[in-house]
Amino acid sequence: MFYREAGDFKTSYQDDNQTFPIKFDRYRYYAVLLLAFAVVPFMVNDYWVNAIFMPFLIYAIAAIGLNILVGYCGQVSLGTGGFMAVGAYAVYKLMTSFPDVSIFIHVLIAGAITAVVGLLFGLPSLRIKGFYLAVATLAAQFFLVWLFNRVPWFYNYSASGQISAPERTVFGVPVTGAETSAWAAYLFCLVFVFLSALVARNLTRGSVGRKWMAIRDMDIAAEIIGVNPLKAKLSAFAVSSFFIGIAGALFFAIYLGAVEVGEVFGINKSFLVLFMVIIGGLGSIFGSFAGAAFLVLLPVLLKNTLVGGLGWPTDLAAHLELVIVGGLIITFLVAEPHGLAQLWRVTKEKLRLWPFPH
Amino acid sequence: MKLKLITAAAATMMAAAPAMAELVFPSLSYRTGPYAANGIPFADGYADYFTLLNERDGGIGGEPIRMIECETGYNTEKGVECYEATKGEGSLVYQPLSTGITYQLIPKVTADNIPMHSMGYGRTSAKNGEVFRKIFNYPANYWDGASHAIKHILDVNDGDISDKKIALVYHNSAYGKEPIRTLEKLAEKHGYELMLLPVDHPGQEQKSQWLQIRRERPDNVIMWGWGVMNQVAIQEAVNIRYPMEDFIGIWWSGSENDVKPAGDGADGYKALTFHNFGTDYPLYDDLREHVIDAGKAAGAGDQVGTVLYNRGMYAAMLAAEAAKTAQDIHDTANLTPEMMRDGMEALEMTEEKMADLGLPAFGPEFTVTCGNHGGNGYGAVAQWDAAAGEWNMITDYFQSDQEVLAPLIEADSMAYADENDIEPGCN
Repeated sequence: MFYREAGDFKTSYQDDNQTFPIKFDRYRYYAVLLLAFAVVPFMVNDYWVNAIFMPFLIYAIAAIGLNILVGYCGQVSLGTGGFMAVGAYAVYKLMTSFPDVSIFIHVLIAGAITAVVGLLFGLPSLRIKGFYLAVATLAAQFFLVWLFNRVPWFYNYSASGQISAPERTVFGVPVTGAETSAWAAYLFCLVFVFLSALVARNLTRGSVGRKWMAIRDMDIAAEIIGVNPLKAKLSAFAVSSFFIGIAGALFFAIYLGAVEVGEVFGINKSFLVLFMVIIGGLGSIFGSFAGAAFLVLLPVLLKNTLVGGLGWPTDLAAHLELVIVGGLIITFLVAEPHGLAQLWRVTKEKLRLWPFPH
Repeated sequence: MKLKLITAAAATMMAAAPAMAELVFPSLSYRTGPYAANGIPFADGYADYFTLLNERDGGIGGEPIRMIECETGYNTEKGVECYEATKGEGSLVYQPLSTGITYQLIPKVTADNIPMHSMGYGRTSAKNGEVFRKIFNYPANYWDGASHAIKHILDVNDGDISDKKIALVYHNSAYGKEPIRTLEKLAEKHGYELMLLPVDHPGQEQKSQWLQIRRERPDNVIMWGWGVMNQVAIQEAVNIRYPMEDFIGIWWSGSENDVKPAGDGADGYKALTFHNFGTDYPLYDDLREHVIDAGKAAGAGDQVGTVLYNRGMYAAMLAAEAAKTAQDIHDTANLTPEMMRDGMEALEMTEEKMADLGLPAFGPEFTVTCGNHGGNGYGAVAQWDAAAGEWNMITDYFQSDQEVLAPLIEADSMAYADENDIEPGCN
């Protein structure tokens, strides 16, 4: 009824090609942006930002990055944790070596450094694919974690091997370190999420994204119609690692503040982000957000209901939480193997025809 | 139904109202995850001591205690969530029982003005209270532990270990790396050769490390392990027939969980400690009467008297004593985190005090001051008796090598102060 194309006339190519061709979608998108940028910062407290928004936003960037590689280009990667670690250690080295440069630039450079590392570890993808490639990226995961644990230069020779973020400001407002106020950290992450999603969405809609998808669907056919697999695969690795590096940098500098590589960026992190992408939906930017929300928010929600609301013992709640999250993942994937994004897509299709489906 | 809801709402409001005058002690515990076997007894001991105070004395200084438990699973992200969820409740002191979470929380508690006590773990240089105003790590820290181990080896070898080779088997994380610098400094002083053998989390796979030990035959092995790593290491040591009395673990590698799986082979294994063992204390009579027999024990209630249970209880006891000190200083029963901090900084544990509490000679005597948040660095060595199934102290409490440690702590804490623009001082 209200969700339809009718009456929304496109008179230019630009209008016709926009991300949200349906008016209702477009306004919803603006409303979400307005809410996120102009309303939420005034309402959040430390708990909301540190326990809910920040992990959600940062994991969303990581999921977008991995989705480009796995969902759009079809190259399986288990190295996400390692690449996030590259971003984190890069931003740490930059922050401590060049304290006068803006943290904003540091995070971008950290992303670029991760892109280079990702490019290197993407080289095997030219020869191998599928499970074999997954093993090669798994090697990246273990090698990178080992490297950051082994070489003291990366953690500035600190006694414990931990890295901790010193205070850095943006426009005079601290965004890292202890004195950070909740809204500043939130907005800083939000800006990166917004830009990442915008860039990723437009890359995947354009010729670059089409090449990735051609490679994903059938690499030989893609090569025959003129897609250069070398460029396509390596660019997917680079772009994907760029976003993952930014996520890692924010994860360390803004969210946790102190990081120990083996504990925070271990293989579990790789799997977590991969699950987000799979549950959210391969090859969908919205899916990345949905997957991140599902795996970050649900455990917190369950914990608060079971322990805070019902007063259950913490260990029982923690175990039950695993059971419930696991059960829901299976239920969702059985109901819709293409993830939450596909559910959303189906809903939209139905809404378009509603209330006259025939 | 509606009436029920209203009554329920009213009841919660009434229950919530006196919360203002409670002493809130959060317990960031881990009863799940890879280190649960060690997290459970500690959390139980911590909870049971506070239950005892509530049941027997009506709290501390007449104020009832409310303990909020939050499950971290030894995971830093969950630790942050727990901290943020509990700090608004008026939490007086944090004890996360994880070096990783401690590092995470150091800047946060400093900004929020809440003290943190990392008892025998965490950042060693937090001993320098002029830099780390809110962080406490009495009665002993990792560098003390490293020095205790070396001192004990010196004692056993009549004071000369210049021709000895000592291996450190450590958890490859912030926790395990802590003693390396100290052991290197002590090696310069005493002339022994140090051999480093990292074990990656969680530590189930240590074949190559022990193969190396078998090949190079170090005279002593020191271990910095936690959780399953300890059991595996002790089992591997038994397998290569390494002499157990030459094998010394830090206090986190010295619980029943660690030695029992190796059976009789673990007999003679040594571990450091900063508190005593067993249930042979008057306090335990009260604990039985008011908590255990009353069915109010935390968890399954099967951990009473184990090493880590005693340690959890000791941590709670020190927190309660600091709260009492704070109540005396500020002349009020209703504490804020700032007052609690003052109490911790003025804490003095004497033999009489411990005897009064029903824990005679349970821990070392120590005094906390502004410049020294780490106590006096006393510790002891305990040995496992597999036949009797108990730990026995084989030395008195002795002090660590302050001559070596003090400059190290000074250097590391000042580096932190520089990095974070902290002006060291007592105000």
